[in-house]
Amino acid sequence: MDLAHTRIAGTTVLSPAGRIDHATAEAFKAALAPHVARCAAGQDRLVLDFGAVEYISSAGLRVLMLAAKQAKVQGGILAVAALQPIVREIFEISRFTLVLNVFATLDEALAA
Amino acid sequence: MVVRFWGTRGSIPVAMTTAQVQRKLVAALTRAAGRVLDTPQKVREFVERDLGFAVSHTFGGNSSCVQIDAGGSEYTLCDLGSGARVFGNDLQAARGPSGHTFHVLMSHPHWDHVMGFPFFMPAYTEGNRIVIYGCHPALSEAFRRQNAAPFFPVEYARMTATIEFVQLEPERDYEINGARVRAKLQRHGGDSYGYRIEQNGKVVVYSTDSEHKQDDPAEVMGFVEFFRNADLVIFDSQYSLADAISIKEDWGHSSNIVGVELCQLARARRLCLYHHEPIFDDERIAALLDETRRLEEITRADHRVEVSAAWDGLEIVL
Ligand SMILES: [Zn+2]
Ligand SMILES: [Zn+2]
Repeated sequence: MDLAHTRIAGTTVLSPAGRIDHATAEAFKAALAPHVARCAAGQDRLVLDFGAVEYISSAGLRVLMLAAKQAKVQGGILAVAALQPIVREIFEISRFTLVLNVFATLDEALAA
Repeated sequence: MVVRFWGTRGSIPVAMTTAQVQRKLVAALTRAAGRVLDTPQKVREFVERDLGFAVSHTFGGNSSCVQIDAGGSEYTLCDLGSGARVFGNDLQAARGPSGHTFHVLMSHPHWDHVMGFPFFMPAYTEGNRIVIYGCHPALSEAFRRQNAAPFFPVEYARMTATIEFVQLEPERDYEINGARVRAKLQRHGGDSYGYRIEQNGKVVVYSTDSEHKQDDPAEVMGFVEFFRNADLVIFDSQYSLADAISIKEDWGHSSNIVGVELCQLARARRLCLYHHEPIFDDERIAALLDETRRLEEITRADHRVEVSAAWDGLEIVL
């Protein structure tokens, strides 16, 4: 999976796109891994800009959960921002909004 | 084929509290304000038509027991949780105490799935025959131990029905009470087994106490095949997905999200949420059902899955 990334004032912003489902979750995990490894105390914060993500399955959510857990252990901060309405609903129904840092917009995530 | 739910609660039986009963009464009477409900008939119609499920019904509190009724003279059950007590009493009241044969498919011998058996009155009646099928080698031992001191006052030997245990192997087809039955190993502490039951062109899958990690495509596809084109999938949805893969990881249960995904991939016709979380009240389970229906709708491609939530007393006609 192509994971476009930019750096904005001490934050690395990753921008996955399309569907994160059973077919693409492994590739998403692999693309995310080096960034999560660097998401630690004293390092860049990591924000996943989900503006171009159309769907996420349980396998994709699992990748996010593992990434967030790893970041936490390392003392880093990982957030997800700008969910499309459908993806936002999937986050709510799966209760991921209760366990991940979720922001309405990328600006809010950067300002937090 | 009729699927009848006698016990649908997960982990431990629960009873409605006074506070919950009063909440229903307040909601119903508030709704009735200003209406002329001066006969029992009018009240009944109002209850049935104008009150939502969570006010007019309860999901119930008995633990796992489901009857698969394909119309034969013998009975097929999945699990013997506390719902089996109600089934046994109903049956003996309606059809007499003796002369019955029961075929029971056991998912696993955890407490909530066997605890109805000491209270299953047909077992204490001569002339009944109970055949208990399962893949666990120590299944009969589990039943004998719970009907013995110090757990229970009446010894297993006092059960005068004929009780037989039949060891099944997973991934093999068996003919049981006229149905083709296949068991599948599931991820659960001490193992559990799901059952695919096919009869008269209808397919029911009973899959409870099953954790799905969804990180191994081969394992996912194994369940998709097991659920393939089923008319009904009865699915353990006790936890939210977030809980199932964080604080409750390895506790052995699944979520509504995974149920919808697997049924979509398998092109199953109906998904029935089952093994409800004991701390959830009726409003909470009803809300979970609404959310699950919404999830099915927003993630649907070209195949619709009809979603329901099991309750003690529900009958689904296939
Ligand atoms: Zn259970
Ligand atoms: Zn169990």
